[in-house]
Amino acid sequence: MEDINEYIQSGILELYVYGALTEAESAEVSATLKQYPEVQEEVAQIENSLMQLSAAAAPFNPEQLINSIKQKLSGSEKVIPITRKKSSVVPYIGWAASLLFLLGLFVLFNRNNELQNSVQALQAEKAQMESQIAEARNNAERSQQLLAVLRDRNIVRVPLNGQQVAPEAYAIAYYNKEDNKTYIDAKDLPEPPRGMVYQVWSLKMQPLTPASIGLLDKFEEDDNKIFELSNSNLSEGFGITLEPAGGSETPTMEQLYTLGTVSSS
Amino acid sequence: MQQDQLIVQLQAGNERAFERIYQLYSESIFGIIYTITRDKNVSEEILQDVFLKIWNNASSYNSDKGRFFTWILNIARNASIDKIRSKDFKNKQLNLKSDNFVDILEAKSNFSSKIDAIGLQKYIDILEPVCKKLIDLLFFKGFTQKETAEKLNMPLGTVKTRNRVCIDKLRSTVI
Repeated sequence: MEDINEYIQSGILELYVYGALTEAESAEVSATLKQYPEVQEEVAQIENSLMQLSAAAAPFNPEQLINSIKQKLSGSEKVIPITRKKSSVVPYIGWAASLLFLLGLFVLFNRNNELQNSVQALQAEKAQMESQIAEARNNAERSQQLLAVLRDRNIVRVPLNGQQVAPEAYAIAYYNKEDNKTYIDAKDLPEPPRGMVYQVWSLKMQPLTPASIGLLDKFEEDDNKIFELSNSNLSEGFGITLEPAGGSETPTMEQLYTLGTVSSS
Repeated sequence: MQQDQLIVQLQAGNERAFERIYQLYSESIFGIIYTITRDKNVSEEILQDVFLKIWNNASSYNSDKGRFFTWILNIARNASIDKIRSKDFKNKQLNLKSDNFVDILEAKSNFSSKIDAIGLQKYIDILEPVCKKLIDLLFFKGFTQKETAEKLNMPLGTVKTRNRVCIDKLRSTVI
């Protein structure tokens, strides 16, 4: 209690009402004031005497000015609705325009996708055509080569007739003594069973000696069934036997499909 | 008295509360503005501006920081000082004969009815010269304690205690 009286007497409350204290000091007095009613009462009396003093310095009582101030108050309130009316059509046009724009973008995007898809399809088609053309060109070249082989004057045509195991089988050997090559046309041989392969033998007659000159590999896959084999033997005849995959050292005579001899020219 | 309830209503945007606040404080604030500007028309303008600010910025008042009267006082003093520092005002105001609120009171008492004049004269008579200076700077001009001490060449603590004595005298005449 004594402390509070001292506080009141210190003169800090007068400075507080003036607004002459620092912010921190003012906040401190505000807190004290809320705690002690007697401080609050003291502050109210200081304030009251100062208000009377400054009112005495006023040229007149400005009561009537409240009317013009109030007009400005209500005037400021009306500002808000006016600004709203102005903007009635413009935003809708804006929204409509942006909607149209979005729609257009969407259509263009779809169209672009379609075009890209068809371009890809056309490119795939083109690649396919190209490979077909290349294949045809290869075939044509091979046919040319075969034709050249058949026309070669050194070629000896050796028909190989069907034997006991396959009387219907038939093959032709084109034998070229000069360049050590023999072509087998196996068009009329049946497809070999799984795991088996045709093996071609060059034969010497007196005495009968077979020598393997190769296998008819990938028989099913070969379209024209003409196989080129290298043959350095002096062949007097040719035989084709069916052998297990990979071929055999000596021919399996029970599986002799075709056989023919080179006729002396 | 601090009208706590009234301030809450004002902060809620209640116009009747605003009118009541105006009735309570306008004459005191008008006296402050006039003491600084010494121009009746300008003072009326500023008073209107000050109360518009009070209406618009009421929510920024916080009782933890100080009295509502002090808050208004600062708005009024700042607005008045801004005005007298502006160019158009300086050109208009050729001579400021009067130095402080006492001159206004004296001038006013000369033109007032006898009863009012007695009321005004008692302020003039009771306040010592130093009190007149202290109150003029601290209250009407809004000087801080430190600024006042420097201006009057007085220790900081003395400003506080001397002013306390001055206000005590003022209160004895008022009540």
